[in-house]
Amino acid sequence: MAFNYDNYLRVDKMPTLWCWGCGDGVILKSYIRAIDSLGWKKDDICLVSGIGCSGRFSSYVDCNTVHTTHGRTIAFATGIKLANPDKHVVCVAGDGDALAIGGNHTIHGCRRNIDITFILVNNFIYGLTNSQTSPTTPQGFWTVSQQAGNIDPTFNACNLAIAAGASFVGRETVTEPKKLEKLIAKGLAHKGFSFIEVLSNCHINLGRKNKMNSAMENLDWIDSITVSKTKYDKMSEEERINLLPTGVLHEDKNAVEYCEMYEQVKLVHQGKRKTITQDDFAKKI
Amino acid sequence: MATREVIASGNELAAKAAADSGCKFFGGYPITPSSEIMHEMSNLMPEHGGVCIQMEDEIGGVAAAIGASMSGVRSMTATSGPGISLKAENLGLAQMVEAPLVVVNVMRGGPSTGLPTRVSQGDVRQAKNPSHGDYRSITLCAGNLAECYTETVRAFNLADRFMQPVFVLLDETIGHMYGKAVIPTAEATKAGIKPRKEFTGDPSEYEPYGVAYDEPAVLNPMFKGYRYHFTGLHHNSTGFPTEEIETCRKLIQRLEDKVMMHTDELELNEEFMCDDLEANDVLIIAYGSVSLAAKEAIKHLRKEGIKAGLFRPITLWPSPAKRIKELTDKVKNVLCVELNIRQYTEEVERVSCRLDIEGLYKVNGRAISPYEIVAKVKEVF
Repeated sequence: MAFNYDNYLRVDKMPTLWCWGCGDGVILKSYIRAIDSLGWKKDDICLVSGIGCSGRFSSYVDCNTVHTTHGRTIAFATGIKLANPDKHVVCVAGDGDALAIGGNHTIHGCRRNIDITFILVNNFIYGLTNSQTSPTTPQGFWTVSQQAGNIDPTFNACNLAIAAGASFVGRETVTEPKKLEKLIAKGLAHKGFSFIEVLSNCHINLGRKNKMNSAMENLDWIDSITVSKTKYDKMSEEERINLLPTGVLHEDKNAVEYCEMYEQVKLVHQGKRKTITQDDFAKKI
Repeated sequence: MATREVIASGNELAAKAAADSGCKFFGGYPITPSSEIMHEMSNLMPEHGGVCIQMEDEIGGVAAAIGASMSGVRSMTATSGPGISLKAENLGLAQMVEAPLVVVNVMRGGPSTGLPTRVSQGDVRQAKNPSHGDYRSITLCAGNLAECYTETVRAFNLADRFMQPVFVLLDETIGHMYGKAVIPTAEATKAGIKPRKEFTGDPSEYEPYGVAYDEPAVLNPMFKGYRYHFTGLHHNSTGFPTEEIETCRKLIQRLEDKVMMHTDELELNEEFMCDDLEANDVLIIAYGSVSLAAKEAIKHLRKEGIKAGLFRPITLWPSPAKRIKELTDKVKNVLCVELNIRQYTEEVERVSCRLDIEGLYKVNGRAISPYEIVAKVKEVF
């Protein structure tokens, strides 16, 4: 039987406002299939999005949805999750949203390791506002705010997330929807902060201004800068230059999840256990 | 109402009020002189089965608190002026999505970093319009220790009634004042909780923003079968973004009318020795900790044969316009006393239609003494 996407969508809010050929549609599809594969109920999920093209993600998904302010998805999601620790909370944010204006929340969400799945839609540009430089725009690319060519160094988002303490970190591209579905499903199922970077195309506001005139050319470029982690691990340092590995890049199943630790805090204040000490944690500094 | 005697600081009383009001979430960030509220909440929330989290910044603190509120729990944040400046954008979001929230601001000297450990009432104007766009702020101001408790309790009920953030303004003097207060028992406060409205019909017929022109949104808790959408964009009755002209107009007009058509539910004032005031007597208008000095000053003035009285708005915004007009129509000599420069005087001028309101203003981080008020009255009237 054909997969019933409509069951997870607000069909009456369609069509989406995304441009034809936008990668956001692929991510939406993979996300829905991932939710379905886990059998999660729509009522038990809250999806929080930020500002930007990816911010409209929350409009189209049928669950409890929140379209927040620019960069603050994780902060809102943290409140929702802590107040409802038995429910599933997912964030969707773009590269400008998560890594520029919301960078602080991103690193601290990773550090706290709260059980939120964070999907970073990285299209390497501020698409909605017409091609300004984002923290992932490659140096030398043309942007409307740096018309001589972008000179700003880029973030490697997954390295940032790993360093900041996220217990699940993965990267995939919109050219691999099946792999993306599986990666999102793994991230959703992981207990802790799951950071999933999805490399997506914006042929309208990145591509055609940087000699990639169609969605396909933009997608070919994404393929040309990515390689599976298995292959990447076998490469020499020299071969790895200018390549981003895809797949599960980091997974720590033993990391302490924040909501679970907070239950211990409640027990302390309710006189049911002694205060929390360093002995409660494997990591001492 | 059953009461109890407690010895505590204003900040501690605000936290106690939150816990007794059924608050289950606090999101905050350290800032003088409000930090003690977070310290107390970090004990009280987990004790009562709630959560207190110190976020990475002021923005995160208010965002987490709004998130928890959106999910259906009573929620609070506390800060001081610089924190409100940072929280402003998300306070605007809470106004737009109609998420109830209690925001305690323990005022210190400003602008900028200002005088972190000293008193001010410099955030009165900020409380009226902390962020961009049109909406009506509800702002309560505690004038003594007991009110740090009772006004916080009232703020929670008003937030759920009007479905929007409600400010509780303390100032450094009140927040750090430590002493005896007679406050309602926890049971009495609990019995007075008026929770937010919920829609109980068929989910397919649920329109969270499809309400009368002067009513707040009806936002059901999350995860209970009523799946809807929150957005800071202009939205229609179902909560989804729209640019339809009439829908946009109606939404913003409703944010105005839901408050301004019901100011009778908000107004709360104290009138101290005002009953016998006549045309040539003195009316002092003051709020917050300054009102304590004003009351002392009035006793001194009356001993010296100058008949003076105090009008103290407890709900600052919306202002008690009608009552201020009545009193300022009756009494010729009006003196506003504030720890800022004319922030509320301008409102008194507006609603009284008078430009001869005298003022005593202090912005050096020090409290105003009763003697300064006495001297000012003798000087100007």
